[in-house]
Amino acid sequence: MLTLNQIHKTFYANTPDEKRAISDLTQTLNEGDFVTVIGSNGAGKSTLLNLLAGTILPDAGNIHLNDQNLTLLSEEKRAKWIGRVFQNPMAGTAPNMTIEENMMISLGRTQKRSLFRGMTKKKREEFKEHLATLEIGLENRLNTKVGLLSGGERQALSLLMATFTEPQILLLDEHTAALDPSKQELILSLTRELVEKHSLTTIMVTHQMEQAIDFGNRLWMMDEGKIIFEAEDEEKDKLTVPDLLEAFQEIRGTKLANDRALLAK
Amino acid sequence: MITSLYGALETGLIYAIMALGVYISFRILDFPDLTVDGSFVTGGGVAAISIIGGVDPIVATLLGFVAGFLVGCITGLLHTKGNINPLLAGIIMMIGLYSVNLRIMGQANLSLLNETTLFSQLEGIFESLSLDAVFFAPYEWLGLGAYTPRTFYAIVMMLLVVFVVKKLLDFFLRTETGLALRATGDNQTMVRSFSANTNVYIILGIGLANALVALSGALVVQYNGFADVNLGVGMIVVGLASVIIGEVLFGKKTIVRTTFAIICGAIVYRAIYAMALRVDFLEASDMKLITALIVVAALVVPNMLQKSSEKRQFKKSQKALTRVKQQKGEVQVANVKSNS
Repeated sequence: MLTLNQIHKTFYANTPDEKRAISDLTQTLNEGDFVTVIGSNGAGKSTLLNLLAGTILPDAGNIHLNDQNLTLLSEEKRAKWIGRVFQNPMAGTAPNMTIEENMMISLGRTQKRSLFRGMTKKKREEFKEHLATLEIGLENRLNTKVGLLSGGERQALSLLMATFTEPQILLLDEHTAALDPSKQELILSLTRELVEKHSLTTIMVTHQMEQAIDFGNRLWMMDEGKIIFEAEDEEKDKLTVPDLLEAFQEIRGTKLANDRALLAK
Repeated sequence: MITSLYGALETGLIYAIMALGVYISFRILDFPDLTVDGSFVTGGGVAAISIIGGVDPIVATLLGFVAGFLVGCITGLLHTKGNINPLLAGIIMMIGLYSVNLRIMGQANLSLLNETTLFSQLEGIFESLSLDAVFFAPYEWLGLGAYTPRTFYAIVMMLLVVFVVKKLLDFFLRTETGLALRATGDNQTMVRSFSANTNVYIILGIGLANALVALSGALVVQYNGFADVNLGVGMIVVGLASVIIGEVLFGKKTIVRTTFAIICGAIVYRAIYAMALRVDFLEASDMKLITALIVVAALVVPNMLQKSSEKRQFKKSQKALTRVKQQKGEVQVANVKSNS
């Protein structure tokens, strides 16, 4: 369904700061796959998501979604098929607009925006239903400005807005990293629920090994722009945190104390 | 005095349309657009030269509107496709438009005194139907005969035009396109992630903003009976003053409320302006300074009020706390006494 073919991306090429963010990455995702991606800072996880979302373009290689060539397509054009939740809870919603207005904008992802009054009674009911599934009372606050919500509530709303129009690919970029532990739990369980409900093909970047093991049917470990370790289905089900750490050490041949601290739970 | 206030109401209503345009660029898109100084004259110039050329005043006014839209789109293009900073894009357009406006008008000053304008047309209708008498009647009946304006046609017409513009704008800002436009000013990353091209919305929005400004210019020219190439100098500040005064005095809870507030803000601004003109030692040439001072006051005073009210709130709650503590202390003292 989604294929990445020999993707390369280097930042600041031919300067002393040259950084190979992604090198020779080839992968295929099937429909309904849920991939978790782990790796230390600078491993290329975010670059990978940005390449898929179209905020940056690759130096070489190509990206296909079904039969559509996405490689050079602009961010807003491919957003038709790709939903996204950002790390920053402020990034996914418009603060000066109400909850229902935000929901309307997310509807525009799949339909052309018209010159008609968007809001109808039927749509409002629909929004209420969707918001009720979050179970944080947002369904009674349709006319509240989003800027007045807490970080956790905003992230829950972002997640809902990215999923309820059923994108073909859902990208989650460390979407719980900026929240406190209890809110992380909430967002994670919502993620599980919503992804299952709409059976979305998902790529989730995370810093926490346990999350990576808990979620999804596939796991990629990235380092220096490459996927250095993969696990799928049963193999992944058996994985534990020590296994992952061991795998990392084996492949890299080094005991990276810093990385260990970063990657450990 | 009374006459000058009615005059303020008339001009305030005309400039309100310009203020609504400034609201779109400055507030909704968060784009401080200085094109306004130029596009105001472009609208006026196009309308004036069309009217002199024998075009129907209504069509001429609409031509001014369209010209403003095109000018605004160019500013939008400079910013989005040319990657020019919004302020700079506006300044470039403002300077460039000065020459363009002179080209359009052919000379620095055009007189419309002997031409048929929207206002003279309506004045004719009012006279032939003696409609003024209808409006004067309630004043006479209330014994306020001394407080009537000279005539009602300008007020009636501008109320009508402003009402229609406001209604259309309110409607547009709540359509799906309007929502995306508002979100573009709020959070571009988010809008792009929901498959909307923010560049298109910025160009469209700045176009619409300048179209309203130009429409206002076209009406001002017909109201004044002349077009002048310097008519737009400082217009952006006047617009800002109206927006800020309106928001502070009349609130900005919803879109409908805000557009209403801005219209009122424009009228209040004109009233202040008219009052200031009546002060003896001030001259007409001081008005730009007064405008600047009004804007400074409108920007600074609300912030200061907010801060001082927070402080007052703090002191109040502090006092309440100490009072509670004292009462408790007294109770404890009383307890100790009764025990002993």
